[in-house]
Amino acid sequence: MSDLAIEVRNLKKHFGQVIAVDDISFEVKKTEVFGFLGPNGAGKTTTINILCTLLLPGAGEAKVNGFNVLTSPNEVRKSIGIIFQDPSLDERLTAYENLNFHGMIYHLPAKERASRIREVLDMVGLYSKKDNIVRTFSGGMKRRLEIARGLMHCPKILFLDEPTTGLDPQTRQHIWDYILNLSRKDKITIFLTTHYMDEAEICERVGIIDHGKIVALDSPGALSSKYNVPSLNDVFLEVTGRDIREEGSDDKAHLSEFLRAKIKLK
Amino acid sequence: MDLDAIKMIWMRDLIRHFRDRVRLLGSITRPVLWLLIMGTGLRAAFNVQGISYTHFIFPGIIAMNLIFSAMMSTISIIWDREFGFLREILVSPIPRSSIVLGKALSGATVAFIEGLFVLAFAPVIKIHIPFVNLLLLLPLMFLLGFVCTTLGIVIAARMTSFEGFGVISNFVIMPLFFLSGAMFPIDNLPHWISFVVRINPLTYGVDLLRWETLGIRSFALHHDLIFLIVFAFVMLSIGVFEFNKTN
Repeated sequence: MSDLAIEVRNLKKHFGQVIAVDDISFEVKKTEVFGFLGPNGAGKTTTINILCTLLLPGAGEAKVNGFNVLTSPNEVRKSIGIIFQDPSLDERLTAYENLNFHGMIYHLPAKERASRIREVLDMVGLYSKKDNIVRTFSGGMKRRLEIARGLMHCPKILFLDEPTTGLDPQTRQHIWDYILNLSRKDKITIFLTTHYMDEAEICERVGIIDHGKIVALDSPGALSSKYNVPSLNDVFLEVTGRDIREEGSDDKAHLSEFLRAKIKLK
Repeated sequence: MDLDAIKMIWMRDLIRHFRDRVRLLGSITRPVLWLLIMGTGLRAAFNVQGISYTHFIFPGIIAMNLIFSAMMSTISIIWDREFGFLREILVSPIPRSSIVLGKALSGATVAFIEGLFVLAFAPVIKIHIPFVNLLLLLPLMFLLGFVCTTLGIVIAARMTSFEGFGVISNFVIMPLFFLSGAMFPIDNLPHWISFVVRINPLTYGVDLLRWETLGIRSFALHHDLIFLIVFAFVMLSIGVFEFNKTN
């Protein structure tokens, strides 16, 4: 119990008729770097949203840092930092203001706030831009600022939902170096999702989710040898590949239906 | 209650508000239009209770600026939901009641400041407000701004689009304004209008402002105050309930 950062038991969640998460169970140890992989719509973000208390679990149990997300959400919130898939900065404020307000809601005293802001901004290389309005930042700069913000209050567990989507290779490299260094140095547990399988190779363990169910769960090396393929990418295609194609054709059917409806309207 | 969080939400909204110059322009042109043009134009036609029409609508125009800016300030809730910042707030360990209270206080502050813009016209239209009344008027303006913001929060918390909020708020602001006694006396109204007037919080706000600026009123002071405070409390409770929903 005490060496587990995340415990998920028989977790279920559905939205209307759609089952997003279907009876999944897994554990993440403290200080582990855990990758949560799956095709679009597989249930990754729903799981993260439940773990960070934005959604209530439909059934089953989820504990983060030993606290149940259902019964002690505030304790969970104090333990975690999150970098969302979609931006969640206030773009009308400066970088400094964004971080300062973040520090205020996590109760960092004013002095500590100032020094932490300097620290995290230096780390992501944005200190010289601290008084610029966030709206003027590039996509990569915004991402770096979000990462700085997620780390500012020294969370025990850091959730990263596709943190490097849409970034250039240099920025991706920079962000991963930083995250790995952090997990070693500050002993932070990292729970990440990504579509880049080369990035997932750095995880100590990965779980692959598809159609709301966990279809593989082990270290990238163990999974490669189990399926007898050279890389995690091949493992991923092996366990989820067929379904992607089905989803793809479904999407196409939807799209053409949508276009037909549009044309009829005209 | 989480004072740090309330302060953070309050400060953030004020910074954002004062960076938006266009909004400030609106809050100055509105009273000019109503007070100087409507008031002056209709002065010849109406003379209410021995008071010139411009004077009669003056407290009503203060109330109008209060309700407009209070409701508009709550649009930031929809904005935050649309642009993701609300998630930053919702995953943080802030009690939901502090989020709602912070929003209500920032809306009240913004509304209060915009109400002052109208108050500044008092000498222009030759209304003299005794110093004691002025001291009482300021907190009452803040209170009315607070009450209107809590109503805006309840509406914004349930809305999912800016367009929807625009429609609803106009659908709410204009009737509340017209049926508050801001534009005409509320005595001797037909029964159905009288009923709406009596459940309209703005009625009691306008009544308080008119008492402090012109020395006339329709209800007892404690009646006005109790209605406004109870109304704000009910709206705050609904607002907290809405923010607590996590599906």
